[in-house]
Amino acid sequence: MKRPRIRWHIAVFLAPAVLVYTTIMILPLFNTLHLALYSRIDQERIFVGLQNFMTLFGEPVWADQFWNALGNNVWFFVIHMLVQNPIGIALAAMLSHPKLRFAALYRSAIFIPTILSFVIVGFAWKLILSPIWGIAPTMFGSVGLGFLYQPWLGKEEYALTSLSLISSGQFVGIPMMLIYAALLTIPEEILEAGEIDGITGLNAFWKIKLPLILPSIGIISILTFVGNFNAFDLIYASQGALAGPNFSTDILGTFFYRTFFGFQLQLGDPHMGAAVASAMFAIILVGVCVYLFGIQTRLRRYQL
Amino acid sequence: MNLRTLGIALASTALMTTAAMAEDVTLTIESWRTDDLTLWQDKIIPAFEKDNPGIKVVFSPTAPTEYNAALNSKLEAGSAGDLITCRPFDASLALFEAGHLAALDDMDAMSNFSDVAKSAWQTDDASASFCVPMASVIHGFIYNKDAFEELGLEAPTTEAEFFAVLDKIKDDGSYIPMAMGTNDQWEAATMGYNNIGPNYWKGEEGRLELIKGEQKLTDEQWVAPYATLAKWAPYLGFGYEAQTYPDSQNLFTLGRAAIYPAGSWEFAGFNTQADFEMGAFKAPVQSEGDTCYISDHTDIGIGLNAASPNADAAKTFLAWVASPEFASIFGNALPGFFPLSKTPVELEDPLAQEFASWRGECESTIRSTYQILSRGTPNLENETWGASVAAIKGTETPEALGAKLQDGLTSWYAPHQ
Repeated sequence: MKRPRIRWHIAVFLAPAVLVYTTIMILPLFNTLHLALYSRIDQERIFVGLQNFMTLFGEPVWADQFWNALGNNVWFFVIHMLVQNPIGIALAAMLSHPKLRFAALYRSAIFIPTILSFVIVGFAWKLILSPIWGIAPTMFGSVGLGFLYQPWLGKEEYALTSLSLISSGQFVGIPMMLIYAALLTIPEEILEAGEIDGITGLNAFWKIKLPLILPSIGIISILTFVGNFNAFDLIYASQGALAGPNFSTDILGTFFYRTFFGFQLQLGDPHMGAAVASAMFAIILVGVCVYLFGIQTRLRRYQL
Repeated sequence: MNLRTLGIALASTALMTTAAMAEDVTLTIESWRTDDLTLWQDKIIPAFEKDNPGIKVVFSPTAPTEYNAALNSKLEAGSAGDLITCRPFDASLALFEAGHLAALDDMDAMSNFSDVAKSAWQTDDASASFCVPMASVIHGFIYNKDAFEELGLEAPTTEAEFFAVLDKIKDDGSYIPMAMGTNDQWEAATMGYNNIGPNYWKGEEGRLELIKGEQKLTDEQWVAPYATLAKWAPYLGFGYEAQTYPDSQNLFTLGRAAIYPAGSWEFAGFNTQADFEMGAFKAPVQSEGDTCYISDHTDIGIGLNAASPNADAAKTFLAWVASPEFASIFGNALPGFFPLSKTPVELEDPLAQEFASWRGECESTIRSTYQILSRGTPNLENETWGASVAAIKGTETPEALGAKLQDGLTSWYAPHQ
């Protein structure tokens, strides 16, 4: 009998990727979890088990900040799901319309902000919305809506929503591109068959295209989820590490930054920081698992 | 190896050593004073390099709010500069205790400073000093003299006069009465709470009793400044909630605002930008004739990175920083940073003279949250930022703010438990 040959080439080809991924992703991840189990007391590193997590969730000083950041993060994500993704899908549907002229131009124009740095986008919006130098107050004034203008980024009740909308505006190009690609794969025959049955225009979108692109929408949702719960840059660039006003824009990323690296007179605490990072990791892991097992397995793939 | 080759080897090492010695040593200074880059490059460093050939100095600042975090990471990683600009109190003390800053007690030059000047950079029992004191900053208010003349106003001395002046500017309408925003949060605490506060808690007296646990943040003298800050809001101009610190500076130097709650570190920037005459008044007292207190905060020191490979050159630089020559250059190159050395320095800048003159009339104190009280979590200084903003915006009552801060302090600080 001939023994099955060991296929060495697979291991050889995989090795570089596995090595790189292990050194820069997996090891640091376990190191972070490990770091979260220690604490520094009088210059000495002491194993404290889950004490840091108990502090994080149980002591009001820490827990208030943590739940505030988590709540803000959920709102940040909800706005993206309600604004960025539907608009992205709508844009993709319009772009894929065969009679639309200059589609490539619109596509690039809407996608360009995605490749810009958060710092540039945050700073530009900060200038636009500034009550002193910004063009927003003047623009509202010139159409007689001056009374509507508010220093949005400076008011606790508006700041987080404004930033979520800014971020949605910047990244709307990503769902648009993904959905656009999915729409292009729908064969003409199906749409023609629908047309013969009298399903045209918007109806065709709701009844034929949307069910076919549902898996792509699922992917977008999970990308948005992971992206939003890891977000940091925009808030940091526009509101600083204290995520003002009064922590109303504080999300897990900025909370983590302040804890780990410290801020102003507050010194960084790598162990509590690692605990926050582990909590963030757990939240994202749970979210992704819920999606994978609760939603994706139920998404029907239509055989095209 | 025979003797000849050994000789050659020795000779070549000797040659290499002398070559290395002739080469310039470059010292890098870590700092948060990004605003002062040109002053260091144009005035301070050339003055030092002229007298000390062979030592080159590079001033390499980081943004103020990120300085502590960036510096800590660099020190941990061993990539920090040779000279470390020291924040006062705990931030630097922590660096010293972690072994990142070298003790400087053996330097003769340290005797040029009074105990008070050195106190911000010593261990709690004053047994070791680790930074050479450079300067303190004084808080007060800067005003647009032209605007005051135009409206027929005089610099106020009491709180009633202060708010009367603000009312008049507001009624006239051509100037924003006061330029301050709450976007960056620290302005409200540093130029607001800690500027006007010492008059309420009687400077050092209140500050030290708070540290000992004999006064509480819920006491009248610690809550009242928040009530006064709450009265500032109507005078800060539209959209002050989103107004950043540079916005405020620009509003004032462009002549759009009449009064600027200031720290003396603003002078250098304001002198180059404002084209009107500036005057200054100190934090107003509650009633005529009260003793006045000013926040004269030990703010900048400079220390030696314990891991620096150029320790000798760095000590030469530190000794020079402690000299009267440096004090005179620094005090005049950076008006508003008042040298701490014992030798008195002639200040040329009129604003700096005005601020410095208050040292003679009033009692000096430092910012209430800096020594010891910001050692734990929550950090009282950062908490005070948020509380001052909340007071101005009126989102919480002064009493509620006092209670919240006291709770935070009680949670980790033994004398308050």
